[in-house]
Amino acid sequence: MCTYATVRTTLEGSAKGPDSRWFHVTDGTIYFDHPVHAMTEHTLNIDFADPARGPSARVAVELTAASARNLIAAIEAALESAPVEISR
Amino acid sequence: MSDLHAETVMIEGHDGDEIEAYLARPVGDGPRGGVVVIHHLPGYDRGTKEIVRRFAELGYDALMPNLYWREAPGAAPDDAAATVRAQGGVPDERLIGDVAGAAANLRSLPTSNGKVGVIGYCSGGRQSVLAACNVDLDAAVDCYGAFVVGTPPEGFPLRVTNLVDQLPNLRAPLLGLFGKEDSYPSPEQVAELDEILTANDKPHEFHSYDDAGHAFFAVERPSYRVAAANDGWERIEAFFNTHLGG
Repeated sequence: MCTYATVRTTLEGSAKGPDSRWFHVTDGTIYFDHPVHAMTEHTLNIDFADPARGPSARVAVELTAASARNLIAAIEAALESAPVEISR
Repeated sequence: MSDLHAETVMIEGHDGDEIEAYLARPVGDGPRGGVVVIHHLPGYDRGTKEIVRRFAELGYDALMPNLYWREAPGAAPDDAAATVRAQGGVPDERLIGDVAGAAANLRSLPTSNGKVGVIGYCSGGRQSVLAACNVDLDAAVDCYGAFVVGTPPEGFPLRVTNLVDQLPNLRAPLLGLFGKEDSYPSPEQVAELDEILTANDKPHEFHSYDDAGHAFFAVERPSYRVAAANDGWERIEAFFNTHLGG
């Protein structure tokens, strides 16, 4: 199915994208839908983007549902492992 | 197999906007029918352009508007799709205007016999039905479009609505091709659509395939099902020959 579901969030950071160049990331788009490249019917897709730089300023990832959940846990574990005064 | 010519053109879409489109035409004189191809949510991509060329090979002038041109002119199809998704998707009103513009463009060709059909895949399946409820078309094909009927699950952050209130206005015969293993549209939703169209005396023909889920026509995806896709193409050929021929 096309889920149409799209969750957006603002982000502050950087990503390495087209032509191996770093760019400033301002927006994240997260959706569970058909992937472009991954060989499974549905994936959790994340676009790290800077819309001000145009459509190609984007790092895209397509993850299976299970690996997306693993990623969430890994991100939380990494954040919790850091001293609270530097990871707020 | 017919010789054909394919190229990128600019056409007038909704609100008079100039938008990109992909045109494929058989070589030689008409008259012949036209087909508007509505690309799927992942965009105006190589796979859908192949479908446009196939319609030309089948003997039709075929035209696919780039529904994402306004937000992402010249962008890679996947980047364009991501951009439009992040901005909320294609509004229904704009889709109707773009299909109307594409149909008018096809009818203006010197080879046109005046008849134009529409076909869409995935999200484009719903948009094909939407167009056929609002635009003067001679035939419509819905390939597994979700939310033609059915209520989005509660809490689902959808921006799309179903078309139940528009179905009484359907202006063209509808061919529906579905996978029995699909959840959106589910076999129950396909049955509901069938009942609504029958109750409204709207000509339609539905085929649902075993061992096929969503996107069974997509040759580059694991969802591809050769038996369903081959039979589906034969149904499309026969349907368009009936309604767009002559």
